[in-house]
Amino acid sequence: MIILIIYIAIFAGSFFAIRFGVRKFRQMKDFTSLKTVTFGDESAVRPDRWASVISVVTIFLLWGAFTGSKWVPIHAPGPFVGDAEFTYTLEAPDGARDDATVFVRVFKVGEQVEPPEVEPGEGFAKNDVSTVGAWRSDLILMDKNDEITRDDGARVVAIDGQPVSAGDTVSVASGKVTITSKGSINFSPAGGMQMEPIWLPPPEAVVDRVGEIASAGYQNFTLWEHLYWSLYRVIVGFFFGALVGIPLGYAMGLSDWFRGWFDPIVEFMRPVPPLALIPLVIIWAGIGETGKIILLFLAALWIMTISARAGVSGVAISKVHAAYSLGASKWQLMRHVIVPNSLPEIFTGARVAMGVCWGTVVAAELVAAEKGAGMMIMVASRFQLTDIVIMGIILIGIIGYGIDILMRKAETWLVPWKGRG
Amino acid sequence: MSTLTIENISMRFDLPNGGHVQALKNVSLELRTGELMSVLGPSGCGKTTLLNILAGFLAPTEGRITLNDHPVTGPDAERGMVFQQGALFEWMSVRDNVSFGPRMAGKREKEWAGTVDHLLDVVGLRDFKEKAVYELSGGMQQRVALARCLANDPDVILMDEPLGALDALTREKMQGLVLRLWKETGKTIILITHSVEEALLLGERLLVMAPRPGRIHKEYRLPFADDGVGKDLREVKKNPEFGQRREEILSMIWDMEEEIMGRTEEAGA
Repeated sequence: MIILIIYIAIFAGSFFAIRFGVRKFRQMKDFTSLKTVTFGDESAVRPDRWASVISVVTIFLLWGAFTGSKWVPIHAPGPFVGDAEFTYTLEAPDGARDDATVFVRVFKVGEQVEPPEVEPGEGFAKNDVSTVGAWRSDLILMDKNDEITRDDGARVVAIDGQPVSAGDTVSVASGKVTITSKGSINFSPAGGMQMEPIWLPPPEAVVDRVGEIASAGYQNFTLWEHLYWSLYRVIVGFFFGALVGIPLGYAMGLSDWFRGWFDPIVEFMRPVPPLALIPLVIIWAGIGETGKIILLFLAALWIMTISARAGVSGVAISKVHAAYSLGASKWQLMRHVIVPNSLPEIFTGARVAMGVCWGTVVAAELVAAEKGAGMMIMVASRFQLTDIVIMGIILIGIIGYGIDILMRKAETWLVPWKGRG
Repeated sequence: MSTLTIENISMRFDLPNGGHVQALKNVSLELRTGELMSVLGPSGCGKTTLLNILAGFLAPTEGRITLNDHPVTGPDAERGMVFQQGALFEWMSVRDNVSFGPRMAGKREKEWAGTVDHLLDVVGLRDFKEKAVYELSGGMQQRVALARCLANDPDVILMDEPLGALDALTREKMQGLVLRLWKETGKTIILITHSVEEALLLGERLLVMAPRPGRIHKEYRLPFADDGVGKDLREVKKNPEFGQRREEILSMIWDMEEEIMGRTEEAGA
């Protein structure tokens, strides 16, 4: 909630700062900036690059601030670490009361600490010591060293002078104390507002993991091998999908019989999400490479078929007529008119298919695999290695985005006539 | 010698709802080599159907067409076609578009390079031959389409409103170009148009077609195309006979349009 409020505050604050600060000095005078009607004119809405930069920086700042990152100067209050103490009042069955102090050393998880050394103190209630990791809680059997114990009928009636009974929780200087139903004391040191690393590790931990897994590997394979195998499956699956799908799409666009024969199959298979085929593919082909590639082949096949068919039906009839009137044979028409004319459609299909394949391969690896990006993050999540999970998600995102950019670049390079017919 | 003969062509096809359309009825024509005939008529008179039959894209239900004494059964390089627009291959350069016919016939570059370059000169696109066709303006694209058709050296050129999508000024210039190419190459040309002026200016013969069923309504022989070669076409338009013919044909087509409207209203009532 606090994070959301901070986020909105940065969003609004930077908007006003840029709008009334930077913009005043750097006024662009191109055509669009002279438009007076911008609200409703989609073409006049251009992404503000300042906003993009601040948006990305904000995410990292918030991430760092709420995970205690070393890279970020400002932090949200962290968990309490150090020595805490509180006093409990023990009441004996005869009504006599005595105070004793509990000393708790709160340490960072992962460090080794010794409990503090203290004097037992006066009276029948003796002072206690304990250690607890930050964000954790500790059950303190305060009466194990006392002269009168709970077995004798003693009970805790106050913490730091605040009266309590079983089940109550009271705040003390550096945490919370709860009296359990059996009468012992449960101490939780204050957690602060930062995230515990097992929920969300700081950015530097994720970066360190990249280095570690890139060199040492995880689950028998290095990071690059995991990513390589995922990409390899996508490329092989897509390649065979295109190899079969494009000719099939052409055949469906050029022949009545093919169209009639494959229409029901394609129209039925198209809406089936590839993820729904995972169980069947595992039954048929197991969890090895064959199964993955069959799955990705099927994911790419229908998309490529439909895009090739659309590419053929998209040929303007006047182009076909013109080619025949210029003496082209059927084969020449295919080679010089239908194929080039359908390339833009096929590229669009290929872009969609690559995206779908990338999503499908990660999902398939989540289900069952020996290696791959999806398998890496799934196994890491079972061991609560959140830094690997986050690293994996970021890399999967970057690769998916990279694939899309590459496909677009290839498109502008190979089919410059797209949309210009 | 080279003659295009259209004998008693009829075109009638069934509709899915059980009705049928009589697109053409008993159309007969004969064109000699080197004649330029423009075809006019209200929409639905079957002029595009007639052109598609001549090109060989459609088979007539009755009658036959012969070119140089052999029957027309399908599309062929002997009958070239110029479309209104969108028929260029945008994945090829201007030069590749123009040389498409010879290349498909399996000719080597040295066999066609001279003709293609000459034609690009004639249509004024010498400096644009390596450009992509989508970089050209509409008028330039139609000049490419003309050159591409001529490069294939067809006996007959069929033009389906080739200047219909151009702006008025470009259109006038292109009309002059069509006339010049016609005289220089001596091709037989059939030109479909919606513009009465264009039909008068370019047509040595002018065919007015009537709808429902599509048929030949009236034929004219006109002097304007011959007069106009190499001249300013605006001068030709000042000829009083030109104005007279234009009014005559315009009112003829108006009457046909009104008759159609009337019939539709009756059918609707």
